[in-house]
Amino acid sequence: MLDISYEAPRPKIIAGATGDWELVIGMEIHAQVASNAKLFSGASTQVGAEPNSNVAFVDAAMPGMLPVINEFCVEQAVRSGLGLKAQINLRSAFDRKNYFYPDLPQGYQISQLYHPIVGEGEVLVEMGPGVARHVRIERIHLEQDAGKSIHDMDPNMSFVDFNRTGVALMEIVSRPDIRGPEEAAAYVAKLRQILRYLGTCDGNMQNGNLRADVNVSVCRPGDYERYQATQDFSHLGTRCEIKNMNSLRFIQAAIEYEARRQIAILEDGGKVDQETRLYDPDKGETRSMRSKEEAHDYRYFPCPDLLPLEIEQAWVDEIAASMPELPDAKKARFMADFGLTDYDANVLTAELDNAAFFEAVAQGRDGKQAANWIINELFGRLNKEGKSVTESPLSPAQIGGVLDLIASGEITTKMAKDLFEILWTEGGNPAEVAAARGMKQVTDTGAIERALDELIAANPDQVEKAKVNAKLAGWFTGQVLKATGGKANPAVVNQMVAQKLGL
Amino acid sequence: MSANSWTIAAARDALRKGEISATDLTMACLTAIDAGDALGAFVHKTPEIALDQARAADARLRAGDAPSMCGIPLGIKDLFATRGVPSQAASNILGGFKPEYESTVTTKLFDAGAVMLGKLNMDEFAMGSSNETSCYGNAVNPWKVDGRKLTPGGSSGGSAAAVAGDLCLAATGTDTGGSIRQPAAFTGIVGIKPTYGRVSRWGIVAFASSLDQAGPMTKTVRDAAIFLQAMAGHDPKDSTSADLPVPDFEAALTGDIRGKKIGLPREYRMDGMPAEIDKLWADGAAMLKDAGAEIVDISLPHTKYALPAYYVIAPAEASSNLARYDGVRYGHRAKLAQGDGITEMYEKTRAEGFGKEVQRRVMIGTYVLSAGFYDAYYNRARKVRALIKRDFELAFAAGVDAILTPATPSAAFGLGEMSSADPIEMYLNDVFTVTVNLAGLPGISVPVGLDKQGLPLGLQLIGRPWEEGDLLNHAYVLERAAGFVAKPAKWW
Repeated sequence: MLDISYEAPRPKIIAGATGDWELVIGMEIHAQVASNAKLFSGASTQVGAEPNSNVAFVDAAMPGMLPVINEFCVEQAVRSGLGLKAQINLRSAFDRKNYFYPDLPQGYQISQLYHPIVGEGEVLVEMGPGVARHVRIERIHLEQDAGKSIHDMDPNMSFVDFNRTGVALMEIVSRPDIRGPEEAAAYVAKLRQILRYLGTCDGNMQNGNLRADVNVSVCRPGDYERYQATQDFSHLGTRCEIKNMNSLRFIQAAIEYEARRQIAILEDGGKVDQETRLYDPDKGETRSMRSKEEAHDYRYFPCPDLLPLEIEQAWVDEIAASMPELPDAKKARFMADFGLTDYDANVLTAELDNAAFFEAVAQGRDGKQAANWIINELFGRLNKEGKSVTESPLSPAQIGGVLDLIASGEITTKMAKDLFEILWTEGGNPAEVAAARGMKQVTDTGAIERALDELIAANPDQVEKAKVNAKLAGWFTGQVLKATGGKANPAVVNQMVAQKLGL
Repeated sequence: MSANSWTIAAARDALRKGEISATDLTMACLTAIDAGDALGAFVHKTPEIALDQARAADARLRAGDAPSMCGIPLGIKDLFATRGVPSQAASNILGGFKPEYESTVTTKLFDAGAVMLGKLNMDEFAMGSSNETSCYGNAVNPWKVDGRKLTPGGSSGGSAAAVAGDLCLAATGTDTGGSIRQPAAFTGIVGIKPTYGRVSRWGIVAFASSLDQAGPMTKTVRDAAIFLQAMAGHDPKDSTSADLPVPDFEAALTGDIRGKKIGLPREYRMDGMPAEIDKLWADGAAMLKDAGAEIVDISLPHTKYALPAYYVIAPAEASSNLARYDGVRYGHRAKLAQGDGITEMYEKTRAEGFGKEVQRRVMIGTYVLSAGFYDAYYNRARKVRALIKRDFELAFAAGVDAILTPATPSAAFGLGEMSSADPIEMYLNDVFTVTVNLAGLPGISVPVGLDKQGLPLGLQLIGRPWEEGDLLNHAYVLERAAGFVAKPAKWW
């Protein structure tokens, strides 16, 4: 595993009129559990189905219908907990959170307030090479999603779609350990990456598959350390919760706005009211949704339709044994085994598909070179065409073939780029295509020497300059490569230039 | 004796011997039902379904594939969802609601060949002890005194009236705080609330989920055993249903309770309890003693907290369970005025759809769960509940096999008599029965005698969890010893 020790990032500081302010942020992430069926019914979770077509009787809260837990959703929550190095609670329980809304057919959401299935864990959020925030996870609980109210179809009526009603969500609650907008976004991104590695959440933020409620408060430098030492929240400022954010960019902008709004109030001698706010991305501001006084009284109580959820340690162990390699471990391994830089390792482990592609190419080859080609050539090209790595026209074997031709000295890097282009559009076996196209670099030193001799004779000024400043010898190398139509091996040319000029 | 007055056991034997067809038996009941409208027992008659099912039962009987309940005509409490048949929990808020599904209990009964005659009256959402909170109007007790109409009890009042009035052979009931046992006692029939988890709750409109259990209401203990056998069993669709085998309850009726220990809880001897009830209790104990059981005094010290705890827990769960009746998806929706929004829709719909008692309990439940009161009410009630359960566990651990108590503090009272009373007066009807629901135990009410006005009185036996067979056997002994054979004089 990772044995790199990280330095904590500096908290974001906002300079106010009365001095510096710091931010304290905690998050509640609602991650839809990747599962074909809902949390308490067998109805499908398929997105984009006809409205109200994926609705079981229990989802519609028909009289006398009862929930039955979907074991796979429990397994997914356990897997997620293990992925966050968290305590798995062998006994958890479901509670009802009561409130009225048309898209909540039961009149309550089944959730886990008192005894969540997953307890304390941790996420490592890297903010740069060797710099990372350890964000503590307080808990993960399972709960039902609500349906969707539609208010803009008819001037006089609202409509509801219960397809999403009862879909399983994991609410992942962090401690207030996040200290700035960038950290918040990085935290969400990291959590999303881990869940996607685990296959427990698709993490599609645009679809609302992963959404965040962000709690923001501000305090003076030193207050946070006092809170940490005592775990006494009174050292921190009053927090506001920004609900339902589903974009990393908006999360950052909303936090930034909200922190400045609170600072402005405090510096005016005012008091921040604890409330729930919404972010308006068009105006770039947060606005009050409901105050603490208007806050719902959810009347939580244990759901009498469900027995406490008891799971066996052996089952947890089984799930643990089937865990995939997680992003931190994969990154460390890529750096250790393939000699990748921190940056390259981050890029290549961001998505599991990228990592798998890289490993297939790098296996038995120069890992650094493989990384360069994948990041610069392949990803560059894929981005240009808006494709993901799974849609790449080039297979790992084809890219590996190109790298092999470079390694054996058969083609130059320049040729390899051309070959890449041909393979991209026309496909084919790299070695065969290279041969058919006459791509073969000149290793005949005689030809190179003749070209160089001619250049030296014709350019005495350049020779003098190069003798004074060795860096300028590169001019000769460039000219030779040009003269040979890019087919000369640059390493060979370099060596010869140095020798002829007596450098 | 016309066939509608038969017991399940007698009808079963007659059907198997071909002495009567299920169709004729069903016709006899349908005729009795049509003649019995004054009892207000059936709120929705299903003669066509009944006759179809009877014909199918006859075919099975001829083929020799006839489980005990095959061809037995039953009434079904309106709380059970029956596919395509109005299932309203006697509430206006479910006006016109016909489920597209069949409750597990009725499915099991129909699979066993039973016949549904129709849906039975009850207190709205099973909240009440007199059947007077029904949107259909009250059911009436077949037993009458001085021309005075009496309550059949509640909430399964329609079930009790139908069985006691011989409109059907037996009926389903549900019991959250005494809703099977109290009406059974008021009408001189047998009613058993099984162990919580013995019978699936799937498809039964929920009142208080942690207390609700369905059970049979029958003319005899043997019928209760036969009927319960067909209702009971694990249901994967109900997470609180127990995955335990269902023993042969009828086979448990040996009539032998020699050496059994019967506990008489001293806390059930209430102040101001009518002498008649006290005497009935002593008589019952003597009967069991004569049958060879040992009678012991026991203490269930937390009994006095049971009623208040019950009236916190049950309304709390009900307030949440009834939140789904919001006018959005099914049932009643209030007509809205111009400019009314969702809040007005909720408020008007629920104000119109729910009766007074339901509204009272929803408000109590909402209150006891609200922030700041939760610990003082709901949590404390849960602790009391745990203590009540422990009282029983200790008694059983000390060797008690069954506990004998009165079923009700009085005989049936007059309809309308309680209407102006404090609601708590009505709640006191449950004083002997709620402890059993709080502890999740099986309890049975057996008719044992008549009071001086000639009204039936019942005793309650409480058994060990999952030991309904043993409990039924005790009840069987009590029933035989009491020799209760009185029938109400037909006035309807």
